[in-house]
Amino acid sequence: MQNSVSFGSEENLLSMMERRRKAGVVWQAVFLFSTSLAILFLILLLFSVIDSTFGFAAIRYEKKPSELMVGKSQLSDFSRQELEETAKTHLSSGILRRVEYEKPIADRTDKDLIGILEQYVLQPSVLRTWGLWASLTKQGEINEYLFDQGDAVLTFKSWLTIDFLFADQSANPLYAGIRTAMLGSLWIILITFLFAFPIGVGSAIYLEEYAKPTRLTRLLQLNIFNLSAVPSIIYGLLGLAVFVRAMETFTSGSLFSGVADTTANGRTILSGGLTLGLLVLPIIIINTQEALKAVPDSLRMSSYGIGATKWQTIWGQVLPVSIDRILTGTILALSRALGETAPLVVIGASTFISVDPSGIFSKFTTLPIQIYQWSARPQGAYRNVAGAAIIALLILLMALNSSAIILRDKLSKKKRMEA
Amino acid sequence: MNKTSLAESLPPVFQEKSKVEPTKTIIQLDDVNINYGSFTAVKHASMEIYEHKVTAFIGPSGCGKSTVLRSINRMNDLIRGATLDGRVLFNGEDLYAKDVDPVLIRRRIGMVFQKPNPFPKSIYENIAWGARVNGYRGDYDELVETSLRSAALWDEVKDKLKQNALRLSGGQQQRLCIARTIAVQPEVILMDEPASALDPIATSRIEELILELKKDYTIVIVTHNMGQASRVSDYTAFFMVDQNRTGYLQEYEETEQLFLNPIHKKTEEYISGKFG
Ligand SMILES: Nc1ncnc2c1ncn2[C@@H]1O[C@H](COP(=O)(O)OP(=O)(O)OP(=O)(O)O)[C@@H](O)[C@H]1O
Ligand SMILES: [Mg+2]
Repeated sequence: MQNSVSFGSEENLLSMMERRRKAGVVWQAVFLFSTSLAILFLILLLFSVIDSTFGFAAIRYEKKPSELMVGKSQLSDFSRQELEETAKTHLSSGILRRVEYEKPIADRTDKDLIGILEQYVLQPSVLRTWGLWASLTKQGEINEYLFDQGDAVLTFKSWLTIDFLFADQSANPLYAGIRTAMLGSLWIILITFLFAFPIGVGSAIYLEEYAKPTRLTRLLQLNIFNLSAVPSIIYGLLGLAVFVRAMETFTSGSLFSGVADTTANGRTILSGGLTLGLLVLPIIIINTQEALKAVPDSLRMSSYGIGATKWQTIWGQVLPVSIDRILTGTILALSRALGETAPLVVIGASTFISVDPSGIFSKFTTLPIQIYQWSARPQGAYRNVAGAAIIALLILLMALNSSAIILRDKLSKKKRMEA
Repeated sequence: MNKTSLAESLPPVFQEKSKVEPTKTIIQLDDVNINYGSFTAVKHASMEIYEHKVTAFIGPSGCGKSTVLRSINRMNDLIRGATLDGRVLFNGEDLYAKDVDPVLIRRRIGMVFQKPNPFPKSIYENIAWGARVNGYRGDYDELVETSLRSAALWDEVKDKLKQNALRLSGGQQQRLCIARTIAVQPEVILMDEPASALDPIATSRIEELILELKKDYTIVIVTHNMGQASRVSDYTAFFMVDQNRTGYLQEYEETEQLFLNPIHKKTEEYISGKFG
């Protein structure tokens, strides 16, 4: 037969089959290898974060409880009266005044007082920390170190605690927390969303539904694609020039009377949020355009066919079926903004503030900046604190991403069923 | 189906039909030329469409039936590069005059498409939405019911009005599309191959519906199905293409006339299935 001639003899076919099969096996192995490599690095990353978040810490106290009250080896053994007394006699006058100012000592709980006494009277300081791995494997070395130090106490610490989430900055890593940074991040994201979402979705609707395909719109489109690939630090420089400097009277809040907190000189939450807004704007535009493109033209036609206007068609038919994809993409873009550090550093985010942001004209710091700043500190214990903050940031990001997925599933299910 | 045998089976159908009573002209095409960019899709089309009649457009693929149909409610405006010259009159008014808003035209001249395309909303909303965007202020429940009844769909869906329209069968979806067109109370309904995506039973239901609807509406239907044209239409327009792929109106007659005594040879060849 003609066919068998042009495909070669039976033998040739078989040997060729062998080669074809081998090629498949080789590629499969390559893909398997790269997948495993990616997973390996992911595990390493997680391990290094977890490693620094848990582990032993050698802590030295300036004073022992027995030095405060004879015969008591722990603060928790103190009676209420003894606690109040110790607070009044042993706290330095400045701290005592502040503590009394925040809440009178008489009104505070025992637990509260114990915490204050521990922090300001016993004054623990971290001598050295060990990661989780070292804590589990290098028992000998740790004991040796303790023996050399004499009076140090060894405790197994989880650096990520509830208190850590709600405490503000501190010069003592044992008492440092991420509340200020977390609030800063949330404020920034809020501004970013309020700025980038309406403008991004609006531009996308214009480009996709209204603009005629002229050379100008094509140029615009190309620019948007390029902007989405511009390194974030350049957005930082832009934000510095425009929001912090040029628009200072606006972004610092001094334009609006009654705003007291104008010390930030334009390095405010507003500037930060707008800068990140610019950063995610092209991403939101492109994503929204994709979502609109996915809406079949037949839907638009049938809407026009019964006498709907363009805007009625967009608002009543096109947006309802594309909103899930638009929102999902927006959330993913926001989670990118949440992790951004460089542009905020460039526009001058504060690295050490312990005052919570009170509005859009406040100074701010964010979680990634806080992490960066902690990990750059010389004291080893701050690296553990940074690890804990990383876990908090990762959890926040994962929460955002899964809410995007849940939202998408919910909306598309609703669209399908509409019972 | 064998088209030759179909042509032979036509006469009995016509025997039952009485002669078409003339009515007033509702739409008039006056030397209409339609271009897509530099390509002329249809040229020199002139015809009158009569009120409360069913007019069928037939002809080989690409001869511009859909193009002419879309020009009647200005759907071509939505296609980039589409231009029209000549005049399309609706009740004597030029649809392409400067001050005419195509949105208003499309409410009065509705359209049903080849592929059933209900809105991805509930059955109820499919009907109500069009009325709402056109500013309807009456009783919506009543409007939904009467529209669905007119489209012969009410009994099948009255218990599941809140259900998504995409869960209906293809034939039901198409009748829903007709119902939603009726709901905005048009005068003319344009149908572009409304039954070509449906099975024979659903098709015959659509055909029955068309005969029912012509009491209240003027209907223009594009079809590739000769039997369908002969069963439902009063008038038939046969379009052809020339060597430049430009379409033109070859013959326009009462349906019976066109099928039994076509004037042009091309017409006869087409309806007897020799090409197309
Ligand atoms: N949107 C468009 N842009 C450019 N050319 C088009 C467009 N729509 C149709 N045409 C061209 O116009 C001519 C007529 O097309 P039309 O769709 O009106 O034909 P038709 O008779 O409806 O064909 P069919 O029976 O296959 O539906 C064809 O040559 C087609 O290629
Ligand atoms: Mg067509």
